[in-house]
Amino acid sequence: MNIDPFLLRVCLAGVGVAVAAAPLGCFVLWRRMAYFSDATAHAALLGVALSLAVNTHVILGVLLCALAMAFMVVRLGGKGLATDSLLGVSAHAALALGLVAVSLLPAVRVDLMGFLIGDILAVGAQDIALIWVGAFAVFALIAWRWQPLLTSTLNPELARSAGIVPEREAMVMTVTLAIVVAVALKVVGTLLIAALLLIPAAAARPLARTPEAMAIWAAVIGTASALGGIVASFIWDTPTGPSIVCAATVFFFISRLLPRN
Amino acid sequence: MTAPLIEARGLSLAHTGAPVLRDVDFAIHPGEIVTVVGPNGSGKSTLIKGLIGALDPSAGTITRDPALRIGYVPQKLALDGTLPMTVDRFLSLPVRVPPSVRAAALAEAGLPGHGKAQLSALSGGQFQRAMLARALLNTPNLLILDEPTQGLDQPGAAAFYQRIEALRRDLGCAVLMVSHDLHVVMAASDRVICVNGHICCEGTPDVVADAPEYRALFGAGTQGALALYRHHHSHEH
Repeated sequence: MNIDPFLLRVCLAGVGVAVAAAPLGCFVLWRRMAYFSDATAHAALLGVALSLAVNTHVILGVLLCALAMAFMVVRLGGKGLATDSLLGVSAHAALALGLVAVSLLPAVRVDLMGFLIGDILAVGAQDIALIWVGAFAVFALIAWRWQPLLTSTLNPELARSAGIVPEREAMVMTVTLAIVVAVALKVVGTLLIAALLLIPAAAARPLARTPEAMAIWAAVIGTASALGGIVASFIWDTPTGPSIVCAATVFFFISRLLPRN
Repeated sequence: MTAPLIEARGLSLAHTGAPVLRDVDFAIHPGEIVTVVGPNGSGKSTLIKGLIGALDPSAGTITRDPALRIGYVPQKLALDGTLPMTVDRFLSLPVRVPPSVRAAALAEAGLPGHGKAQLSALSGGQFQRAMLARALLNTPNLLILDEPTQGLDQPGAAAFYQRIEALRRDLGCAVLMVSHDLHVVMAASDRVICVNGHICCEGTPDVVADAPEYRALFGAGTQGALALYRHHHSHEH
């Protein structure tokens, strides 16, 4: 059987993002950071506008904006405003600001829809390389900090008594989140990055008895969702990013039906 | 008397800028059981945080014996249901521990054979013992417990105190325990310290296990593990 190089490219991009998102998505779920990841992801659009305005690679602007947003939210978080409202304000403000900024650019240069819901069919060899470099960076960072991150997630006091600085571990989360946002933008778009983090991890929960098993299951489910969504979008001519998230949602409901471990 | 395991002099601690404890002199010696009582917000847990080094003192000094090994049982953990965690996996955080050591710690803590159980499936008392097992892994000479009997009924608390007393006997470790109960303390406490922003009073528990009043108060099931503490404050708050 001949494998269409175009389809292979699309699949490589989708699977790369799914694998990068899986372990991080588990932490997002465990640490109740769903809104935090939304705020960070929405900052990506502003990053796109800025990089186009100064003629640099989109991924660079997105990475910087996502990082800036994440650090700002973390810093403001300690200042008395309820985290819930703070994140709600940040997530929507970032999206609105990004949309306004993009509209100020000459229209020919921006495929707005592509940045909102992803345009995986447009990925080139360079994008795939970037996605996999990003995926390995995320994987390496999380694997390196796995034990202290897990301990601080379980209980910050417990971590402190063992000489771990939970704030420093949270930084690892912030940086990896920014990387995932940057590499996932082209695949699922700014609106659905948080979904790609959360849904495979949530679908993995009933299948796992340990944190490690849950991360592995999330990667398996994420990969299956990416491939399923890509195939579905080819068959029914639907947008690929949303199709991937729909496939993940199907897995989520199937796993809920299984007896809980 | 031998050198203290940990000693605080003129210790003041603050929480996000607000002073919580001032001018505390405190020491615990090898093999001693010390209970710290105080009302909510009195600074008991803050004192523990200062002693374990999770909070830097705003004034005063803390001296730790070079051989000090702390086993810490934090205040009741809020477990997030999204995080799957077996007891065995919990014991291997943040340092991975061989299965034989895990099994031994579980047996010492009174939870043998529960390594494969999910933390979320344990009862309150079992969960407390899983936390205790984790604290025992590095063979501590000072066991610090922050409100370990919170959420346990009186017989449950008594059983837990008996377990702690047995651990002190078998392992020779000192025990520093924080309790929210101002008047009912672990009978085996060598000293009781009442804290409310500073040290209010210090004394020994009244062991009155044989008195009929005690029976009436605690029932027969607690087997002398609980005692009353009589405060003697010279001031009002």
